[in-house]
Amino acid sequence: MAFTPLAKSVTFDPDARLSAVDWIRQNLFQNVVQSLLTIAVGYAIVSLAWFLLRWGLLDAVFVADGPEACREAAGACWAVIGVKYRPMLFGLYPYEEHWRLVIMIVIYLLTVVLSLWPRFWNLRFLVPLWIFAVTSITVLMFGGVFGLRYVPSNDWGGLPLTIILFTGTVLIGMPVAVLLALGRRSPLPFARGVSVVFIEAMRGVPLITILFVAVNVFPLFLPQGVEVNKLLRITVGIAIFFSCYQAEVIRGGLQAVPRGQYEAAASINLTYWQTTRRIILPQAMRIALPSITNHIIAAMKNTSFVIIIGLFDILTATSAVMQDPLWRRYYVEAYLFIAFIYLFFGYSLSRYARQVEKWINIGRI
Amino acid sequence: MKDLANAAPPRRTRPRNLQELIYSKAVRTTFYQLLLASAICALGLFLYGNVVDNLTRQNITTGFGFLDQVSNFEIGEKLIPYTPRSTYFDALSVGLVNTLMVSAAGIVIATLIGFMVAIARVSGNWMLERLALSYVEVVRNIPVILQAIFWVVVLRNLPVPKNAIVLGDYGFLTNRGLYFAAPAANPVHGWMWLALAGGIVACVLGTIAARKYRETTGKYIDMLLPGLALILVPPLLVWLAAGAPAEISYPVPKGFNYVGGVSISPEFTALLIGISMYASGFIAEIVRSGIQATPKGQIEAARAIALKPRFVMRYVILPQAMRVIVPPLTSQYVSLIKNSSIAVVVGYPDLVNIGNTMMNQTGQAVEAIVVMMVVYLGVSLTASLVMNIFNRFVAIKER
Repeated sequence: MAFTPLAKSVTFDPDARLSAVDWIRQNLFQNVVQSLLTIAVGYAIVSLAWFLLRWGLLDAVFVADGPEACREAAGACWAVIGVKYRPMLFGLYPYEEHWRLVIMIVIYLLTVVLSLWPRFWNLRFLVPLWIFAVTSITVLMFGGVFGLRYVPSNDWGGLPLTIILFTGTVLIGMPVAVLLALGRRSPLPFARGVSVVFIEAMRGVPLITILFVAVNVFPLFLPQGVEVNKLLRITVGIAIFFSCYQAEVIRGGLQAVPRGQYEAAASINLTYWQTTRRIILPQAMRIALPSITNHIIAAMKNTSFVIIIGLFDILTATSAVMQDPLWRRYYVEAYLFIAFIYLFFGYSLSRYARQVEKWINIGRI
Repeated sequence: MKDLANAAPPRRTRPRNLQELIYSKAVRTTFYQLLLASAICALGLFLYGNVVDNLTRQNITTGFGFLDQVSNFEIGEKLIPYTPRSTYFDALSVGLVNTLMVSAAGIVIATLIGFMVAIARVSGNWMLERLALSYVEVVRNIPVILQAIFWVVVLRNLPVPKNAIVLGDYGFLTNRGLYFAAPAANPVHGWMWLALAGGIVACVLGTIAARKYRETTGKYIDMLLPGLALILVPPLLVWLAAGAPAEISYPVPKGFNYVGGVSISPEFTALLIGISMYASGFIAEIVRSGIQATPKGQIEAARAIALKPRFVMRYVILPQAMRVIVPPLTSQYVSLIKNSSIAVVVGYPDLVNIGNTMMNQTGQAVEAIVVMMVVYLGVSLTASLVMNIFNRFVAIKER
């Protein structure tokens, strides 16, 4: 007697892809309520997209010599960016020296891209690279050598200033954050107390008050005749604020490292600093990476606070440009342009961080 | 901390010679701490000496005595009495009240938008989820200052009062502010607020009584509708008892502006929209992660015992979600309060704005900044204290 299967065997494949029709049915038209919702949202999205398309593309003016061309148009006046992009992006920096800023931005972006590339994660390459980048950017920005005109840091502005503030914040703030986090978990009670008070006090006050301290109060703390560059004071102020938030994130990572790791390190007689540097910190930073990225992105957004103390970053420069009575009607376009720059850098950073999380978790279960 | 101390090899009871004493953990720990303490003290003394030195040279008197001087500046928006003849202390009080006002309104609006966007993010409708995600990404990634400046420029570019955008008879949008119709001022309103507060107390007490009743008898009383009635009926009764005054005050053009109704200044509106939209993006993500943190098995188990859908939400999903939501929500509220300090870029007279004016007039930079920092520290700590008490109610209860 031949064996006959009772029923056709059914296999369940969790990775199977839905067909397009099934997908649409499941995600858009599951039931009556969902279908109505889809239609309503779809209508809203389509009308918004149509409005944006007409305003931003079809009826928009892209090139114009003067504001007159924009006055008749019903759509956006992107020409304002073409006319005003130099004061918006470069601020008060002398007009004929703007080429130096373009080179500076190119050097900066190249350095950052190379540093973010895992193939170049090697201190023997990265340290000289950054030394070269920082030196060449300093020379380009200040000038005064090689026949370049001297430009004091008070005249810097626009995107280069935002870049300098952001990079300075991260470069100064990260080591301080690690120290503060270690201090907060230190076996020394006094160091612990100092770190806790410092971190909590800084996190309890707005960034603006710290900027006020950097600008108005810090000079009082210095002996007579000693002066510290205003831009440096502000950068350090933002960096300290940043480091206190980052320290809490790193502390979270430190707390998540299992105790066995400390015990294993102690059992092979590693000192405190060896344990910290080789065993604990690498694991803690890996655990804390998503939050660390969030705070780095927040640091980029926080550079815009310098508008309050009158530093000409990209936002201050744009606001100043938009005082021009001829072009002030087209403020939406100008601010959208700036918002797009922030969005672009913030979004790229968060996408990159997600990729890094994948890389460093390869081989982990 | 504890981990390292525990991980250290067992300590010998007593060092046997000088070398062992120097290398012993206790001596080294004390030494490092003394070193750190003296470094901090030395730095503090050095800075203090410099400050005193600089202040005497610049002839600036220290201390908070200047708070009693007459301020000589006007403040556009004030909720408590103030004139240019008032003192700096009064000016700062006006600023603090304004800060609290915009922060409180911001927290309410940010929470409402945040919860709605979070629900859209888990609605199961792909299109709505994508729309909500785009909103979150855009508002989170644009600096809050840029958002506030954008809105204030939008509001200042509204038409002049003569050509106001008219919303029926009920509202006028102009570059001087937004004007809306509102119930005409009436002494009975104060009593209605009082009755509302009483109603809320009654609702809380009623809910507690219902729970006690359920725990002793096992009978369930649904307090949803009775609770709402307890809150809303007392003010309604007061209103009816006062003869139901239904007079509405409409804004009417007069001179170059409008009188009547309620008016909201462009500065306040811009700051409010800016800080609450920025925070709503973060709140939406917090709430979404809270909702998604409830394991699916919990919902299935609740359905398996035939719990009604709204009870599944109220007694199974929400309590577990709140546990995840409340701690990070607290820090969002605190950061919203701190973000309200950007008011100076839109010209809203908050604490920092007025403190800044005071600093420029008197030159008392140290004192002015100390006042701002202490007040913000106090407000932030109070907010986290309140939220921590709330957290104790929702936190996991282990028996």
